[in-house]
Amino acid sequence: MSDLLALAGNQNCGKTTLFNCLTGSNQHVGNFPGVTVEKKEGPIKGHKDMILVDLPGIYSLSPYTSEEVVTRDFILKEHPKAVINIVDATNIERNLYLSLQLMELGIPMVIALNMMDEVRASGNSIDVELLSAHLGVPVIPISAGKNEGISDLLDAVTETVRHPKPPARMDFCRGEVHKAIHSIAHIIEDQAKTSGYPLRFAATKLVEGDELMIKALHLTSDQKHILNHMVENMEKALDMDREAALADMRYTFIEEICRDCVVKHRETREQVRSEKIDRLLTHKYLGIPIFLGIMLLIFWLTFSVLGAPLQDLLDNWIGVGTDWLEGVLVSAGTSEWVRSLLIDGVCAGVGSVLSFLPIIVLLFFFLSLLEDSGYMARVAFVMDKMLRKIGLSGRSFVPMLIGFGCSVPAIMATRTLSSDRDRKMTIVLTPFMSCSAKLPIYGMITMAFFPKQGGIVMFALYVLGMVVAILSGLLLKSTIFKGNPVPFVMELPSYRMPALRGVLMLMWEKAKDFIRKAFTIIFVAAIVIWFLQSFDWSLNWVEDSTDSILASIGSVIAPLFIPLGFDDWRASTALITGLTAKESVVSTLTVLTGAASDAQLSAVLHTIFTPVSSISFLAFTVLYMPCVAAFAATKRELGSLRAAVATAAYQTSVAYIAAFVIFQFGQLFFG
Amino acid sequence: MTLDQVKPGYGGIITAVGGEGALRHRLLDMGLTPKTHVMVRKVAPMGDPIELYLRSYVLTIRREDAAKIQLKEVSPV
Repeated sequence: MSDLLALAGNQNCGKTTLFNCLTGSNQHVGNFPGVTVEKKEGPIKGHKDMILVDLPGIYSLSPYTSEEVVTRDFILKEHPKAVINIVDATNIERNLYLSLQLMELGIPMVIALNMMDEVRASGNSIDVELLSAHLGVPVIPISAGKNEGISDLLDAVTETVRHPKPPARMDFCRGEVHKAIHSIAHIIEDQAKTSGYPLRFAATKLVEGDELMIKALHLTSDQKHILNHMVENMEKALDMDREAALADMRYTFIEEICRDCVVKHRETREQVRSEKIDRLLTHKYLGIPIFLGIMLLIFWLTFSVLGAPLQDLLDNWIGVGTDWLEGVLVSAGTSEWVRSLLIDGVCAGVGSVLSFLPIIVLLFFFLSLLEDSGYMARVAFVMDKMLRKIGLSGRSFVPMLIGFGCSVPAIMATRTLSSDRDRKMTIVLTPFMSCSAKLPIYGMITMAFFPKQGGIVMFALYVLGMVVAILSGLLLKSTIFKGNPVPFVMELPSYRMPALRGVLMLMWEKAKDFIRKAFTIIFVAAIVIWFLQSFDWSLNWVEDSTDSILASIGSVIAPLFIPLGFDDWRASTALITGLTAKESVVSTLTVLTGAASDAQLSAVLHTIFTPVSSISFLAFTVLYMPCVAAFAATKRELGSLRAAVATAAYQTSVAYIAAFVIFQFGQLFFG
Repeated sequence: MTLDQVKPGYGGIITAVGGEGALRHRLLDMGLTPKTHVMVRKVAPMGDPIELYLRSYVLTIRREDAAKIQLKEVSPV
């Protein structure tokens, strides 16, 4: 039996760095059951019998966010042998606020006092032993970024697991709060025991007015009455309501111990440096241009300078591999359809998606630099006002921008959003940002119909995507995502050098994630599309894809698009194959029309579309559900297939309506 | 005076924190409790949100939420 350990702490206190330090590369990433909150776990290096679970970065154990509820549920239900609480020593007051609540859970705890190097370097100091004596738990000074103090921490943890002792001190209160907590503890003792809640934690949460706890304990109406009476007395005596009283009690206790243990002459060098950097990066006039400049630089590096050659290289390798496989298959004398399945279906389908890998890895490299350096919080600060109107916060800006490159990493990047609601809404809206794979489609149509106004048409399509995202945001905000958004009360952490190891591990994790998708859902989708394209309804092999099942499905759904102005089966078939990857729309139209040159293709397109219906076709392409790779990412990040299907259905309906409106109005004016 | 009216470079002592539900809990959890000294450091480029300094760290909140926090003894820091 291995021992379970939990790692808990605030955001931006070096928790991930410490986790990587303790577990090395041996990590498993998943979700906590029932919620889309990420859960990472792995055995501790050199202690294979200890499994460490990384809990979400939180500031309190309130019942208001899924991250905080997950944390308290995990500790209460999974009974870890010990909690490692990481505390940022440069920001000790606010960090200890969570520590006090964790201690009330009665699980043995070790405090890892991180960033002690920064405290010392700036001439400040913390009396670690005295702090430990005040808190009644071991306190170990470390600097996770420099790998200092880790073995001491492990010694303390091993010792705690071997001789478990709950925190020696849980009583941080005095006066009126003390009176209330202790009297309530008396009357709920039995219920706390039967429902398995630590008494002290239960009593504190009841005094605080925590709805989850009131429900969980099944208080009788008598008990509720007494509880309310005591709380009222406390509130009157303190001239403060219950929530403020409890927060005040914890912070007052923390201020007292800090007065004893912490000597702070000045801000740390990192804090002073951050203020200077922010003079530029969040500058009144320069802040936004600098941010856009940084994003432009990242796009340029990802999509042209570094990404394009890597993508070509990978394409070549895939081509060489495919040729080799084809040679093997031919010499083995396999039948034509087997070869077609493996070459045209699997290799072509998975291969075209896999060639996106360099771009995804590169984007995540830059994104994690932005996140780990502390800049992402500034982006949220600078851009918040713009996104607030559609019910999101500034944090959603970056995933949406990445959506212009590729929806897949954009959807994967929503992981960094701290609110579940914002995350879901951003996932739904991001694909409206026109991704780069759609550019060939725009190119094809504008070349045929608007050779002179290509630029304007493309610009209009990008604007259309954004406008629809805004309208969608307004709609979703007042329907499905109604209710209060998570408050925008966000720390701006000190700027720090990102740990290279963490950045590389994130890249590797995202690459693995993407490759897994390519070989599961995308693999299946490629085979299905290949099958539909290669056989007719009596399962006979077809030479000409115009006789295939896909073509007949295309013909069947073609009438659906009459109100949008294009009812040709080749257009609807191209929209279906566009689901494997958007650029397939172009190759499918080329194949189905049998066009041998661009000029021929343009000519045939004129028989399929009118200028007005070509615009409605483009509008539909901009907005309808993203490709399977993005769909797979949506499913993973939303944590449910049903939600992903609903999202795709929503996006496709929006596309339909928009294209309908565009075509009908277009007919009025130009038809 | 409420926190949203405080000019950058000025600070004061919190006397009361209003609001309700998740927002209020969060403000209190982040250390905006009565008797705490808080300073306004900056305003975002579009005029909102604002940047605060308290308990040796930097926090950002929106103006409409800052309007729920009462301050006394506001003076330049």
